Amino acid sequence: MKTFELTRADDPGQAIAVAAKANTAQQGADIRFIAGGTNLVDYMKLNVETPRKLVDVNHLPFDKIENLPDGGLKIGAVVRNSDLAYHPIVRKNYAVLSEALLSGASAQLRNMATTAGNLLQRTRCMYFRDTAMPCNKREPGSGCAAITGVNRSLAILGTSEHCIASNPSDMNVAMAALEATIHIGGPKGERSVAIGDFHLLPGNTPNRETVLEPGDLITHVTLPPSSPGNRSLYLKLRDRASFEFALASAAVVVTMDGGKITRARVALGGVGTKPWRSPEAEGELTGQSATQAVFQKAAEAALRDAKPQSQNGFKVELAKRCLMHALKLVTQTA
Amino acid sequence: MSDQGKTPEDAKAEAHSGSEFGRTTRRRFLSRLGMASLLASAGPVLGERSRDEAAAIPETKEAMAALEGAIPVTLRVNGKKYDLQIDPRTTLLDCLREHLHLTGSKKGCDHGQCGACTVHVNGRRMNSCLCLAAMYQGDEITTIEGVGQPGNLHPIQEAFVAHDAYQCGYCTCGQIMSAVALLTEPVGPEDADVKELMSGNICRCGAYQNIVAAIQSVRQSARPEKAG
Repeated sequence: MKTFELTRADDPGQAIAVAAKANTAQQGADIRFIAGGTNLVDYMKLNVETPRKLVDVNHLPFDKIENLPDGGLKIGAVVRNSDLAYHPIVRKNYAVLSEALLSGASAQLRNMATTAGNLLQRTRCMYFRDTAMPCNKREPGSGCAAITGVNRSLAILGTSEHCIASNPSDMNVAMAALEATIHIGGPKGERSVAIGDFHLLPGNTPNRETVLEPGDLITHVTLPPSSPGNRSLYLKLRDRASFEFALASAAVVVTMDGGKITRARVALGGVGTKPWRSPEAEGELTGQSATQAVFQKAAEAALRDAKPQSQNGFKVELAKRCLMHALKLVTQTA
Repeated sequence: MSDQGKTPEDAKAEAHSGSEFGRTTRRRFLSRLGMASLLASAGPVLGERSRDEAAAIPETKEAMAALEGAIPVTLRVNGKKYDLQIDPRTTLLDCLREHLHLTGSKKGCDHGQCGACTVHVNGRRMNSCLCLAAMYQGDEITTIEGVGQPGNLHPIQEAFVAHDAYQCGYCTCGQIMSAVALLTEPVGPEDADVKELMSGNICRCGAYQNIVAAIQSVRQSARPEKAG
């Protein structure tokens, strides 16, 4: 691990001022915020991340889960994944988020990992993790070893010729289906970004993973109110029964009127270079009856643009079946 | 006979030194061995240096250099306060093992994947290998040494003994730290629930069945829990 200076931020303004001097945005930057450290310390040990300065943001006043006047929910940036997953309101109104969080990592890691940290979680692509290998995300211009290499676990949606790294987060997939908003404090003031616009497609700059600019600090995430009768569910398929990243996952939020789906939100995990919201699938579901034929159409629509690599062609069918099964389960209970 | 001429004091001294040897721990033995091999391998390197250079790196100076960039850190571990000077890169695990000599917490993967390093921070289980020690000042850290001791075991420790919930024992401290924390977490009643919540602790020997049995025996009995 490269050595670094460790500082502790006691107010957000101070943290932003320090990080504003960074050479680039948070991921891969020379000045990094650190909270749970589960992703960052791991990557620092591998010399994938080599910050010269760490700003400990654990003591900033972003550790609360609060009800909003509009019926929505405000989740502080350093709320731990376990606290969010077990929160009674989350379990009741945003089950998909609780299930996604509890399907991710281990109990120990969930006690450490934070909301903002999870949003910024970096890929598990083995070539990104190995500094001896080329990787456009880690070292722009060095090439992508995954496209011609071991790519079984990598993305089939949103890829480019420069990067096929999958976003590893489960929480992000649920957040995408719940249409979360990310609130950011920065050198130029406060702003908010819809989760769909927060993560960037790799294109020819896979090193840039989010819209964050140097100094930008995620302060909290808000969820819109959960309408009565909403049902949601997270289904994750993986190589092991527990403590494993998704090969394919589906977050579904539906509103039913009798046997009819009046509103649907669908996002896929494990298959996209970013948390993969599928308006195409939602379009096939809205106003339709909850039948296998409709689910099949939605699944076909969601994976229509899939570009499998040499080893992950199975993910196309797996993601379809994952989504179909999730839709079946969630509409059964609705 | 060779024993002739020995005073009772000599015999006592011999017996004493014998028992001292018996008390040499595996860790102490291995670290001595490590030191010896380090010296052996350092020989040729030093030989290539000029005499002046070699003289310029006495042990104390090296120790000073190692402290360069060290920061003052105060930790509370098992109810005891420790004032330390550590490199900011020091993980909580390395700090516990190498600075405080609390070697119950084990280093397995060092990347948060195996759970051998599990400790409690303010009563919650965490992977100490992914914690930077300097970030945990003011927190109450509990290691296996603070959970129970021979003669005063935690019910989970007793259950691990009773159910033979280990083989080689390397993962056991982490398993126990996880299990003790699990008792206070929202966990369903089934074996499957325990398995899910213990999935962050890997056992190379595959003692999983007995680990689950040990944990379930404590959960199912009405024994009062000790604070972990």
